[in-house]
Amino acid sequence: MKHYEVEILDAKTKDKLCFLDKVEPNATIGEIKSMFHKSHPQWYPARQSIRLDPKGKSLKDEDILQHLPVGTTATFYFRDLGAQISWVTVFLTEYAGPLIIYLMFYFRVPFIYAPKYDFTTSKHWVVHLACMCHSFHYVKRLLETLFVHRFSHGTMPLRNIFKNCTYYWGFAAWMAYYINHPLYTPPIYGEQQVKLALIIFLFCQIGNFSIHIALRNLRPPGSKTRKIPYPTKNPFTWIFLLVSCPNYTYELGSWLGFTVMTQCLPVAFFTIVGFVQMTVWAKGKHRSYLKEFRDYPPLRSPILPFIL
Amino acid sequence: MAASMRANITRPGHRDVGHRRKREPPGALATAYLVIYNVVMTAGWLVIAVGLVRAYLAKGSFHGLYYSIEKPLKFFQTGAILEILHCTIGIVPSSVILTGFQVMSRVFLTWAVTHSVREVQNEDSVLLFVVAWTVTEIVRYSFYTFSLLNHLPYLIKWARYSLFVVLYPMGVSGELLTIHAALPYVQKTGLYSITLPNKYNFSFSYHTFLILTMVSYIPLFPQLYFHMLWQRRKVLGHVEDCRKAE
Repeated sequence: MKHYEVEILDAKTKDKLCFLDKVEPNATIGEIKSMFHKSHPQWYPARQSIRLDPKGKSLKDEDILQHLPVGTTATFYFRDLGAQISWVTVFLTEYAGPLIIYLMFYFRVPFIYAPKYDFTTSKHWVVHLACMCHSFHYVKRLLETLFVHRFSHGTMPLRNIFKNCTYYWGFAAWMAYYINHPLYTPPIYGEQQVKLALIIFLFCQIGNFSIHIALRNLRPPGSKTRKIPYPTKNPFTWIFLLVSCPNYTYELGSWLGFTVMTQCLPVAFFTIVGFVQMTVWAKGKHRSYLKEFRDYPPLRSPILPFIL
Repeated sequence: MAASMRANITRPGHRDVGHRRKREPPGALATAYLVIYNVVMTAGWLVIAVGLVRAYLAKGSFHGLYYSIEKPLKFFQTGAILEILHCTIGIVPSSVILTGFQVMSRVFLTWAVTHSVREVQNEDSVLLFVVAWTVTEIVRYSFYTFSLLNHLPYLIKWARYSLFVVLYPMGVSGELLTIHAALPYVQKTGLYSITLPNKYNFSFSYHTFLILTMVSYIPLFPQLYFHMLWQRRKVLGHVEDCRKAE
């Protein structure tokens, strides 16, 4: 078996950073990253981007050396992705925040509202319901992060955690402040409005969960395979016929429900901003599906059936 | 604040030595339009400058000169919104976001502070930023005009990259003092504010918003100021190279 030689150059300065000899032909990029990490301990594999071309796309950890378009002396380029943090850590932190913060406003912890309201509870039953729904939503997200989701990337850049937490925690505080305020005004159409909103919210929570389960089942444990999702026996997944990312569709529905339930403008703003972001993600995912699969169902839209 | 900064942030220099990105110059029609635009703006701010001088000579004091140039100030400062459009359609090689931020901060000060809070119009701080803006804009728009015509006198380039040293802190001071002067009136009248309870469960305190705006100057001012100083060194430092290129 002929061994390969691997040299790793800095993508920007073209300096020779590492030379590996006697590399097995069936070695993966992941294994090469581990070897590179040994000579440069500050660059753990998750922050290494290895490419064939200084400006090209990153190679995947699963790629095998002998299947790449390289000679027996392979030249790779390295770019430092910066400090990395695991997706699980980010998700847990960004979801735990809203859960705790909202409850602080709900229980009217001191220094938020006027002192005479400290530790009192709202007299409106919709406020109690809203707290249950909001808390349920984030507990669901935390549990899904721990037990349901299968991530294709292990890590993301460290600065993302600050950005993401500011968004989630900031909006949670803003919404919770008004809903739990002593001067909160309940919905105009009263019980009817709240009941309808609750139905929409619960329907979409179940829907969103069904989609997460369906997506998880597409992927065997520990793998990073990508397959086209299809409707299953669960009626909540039949929306796959019309939409590529129904998890986002249901998420939008949940927050629309919560907006109607609380009749609170900051909640509406949060829903709109979230919708814009999810549409960007859905369009990107839809485009990747179309690029990767020739036989992708043509009837599907990224996030809203027929519309968007 | 970003207001007084405009001079050097948008176009670092027509013949910037070491300017990395090569941008295609605007076509003939775009160039003609831009020349007209910049000439008109130069003229407009000259009108404001002359108006200020005449009013000062007539009154014999610096007090209350705002009223003499209120209309052209509003017109020409608001007109600068077109510059955001120029960046969007690509005839000017500046960042849309950066230009947008700068123009809107000027427009905010003109309409949402000075125009809206009548009581501050007599403040001397208003004169401070109006003078800073006027001198800055006359220099900036002439700079663009001459650059487009490929005949940039060194004096104008020097002025654009040097006067900011004084004008920028002057403008910032005027703006901050004016916003500060507006605070008590905004609080008293509840201008542009929404209180609870209301059926949308929303509130907005313009008073708090103005305070936050003032606070935002703290991180932004030094960054922009030092960036301009750095650009000055880059553009005027290589005087010989620039002259040769001309």
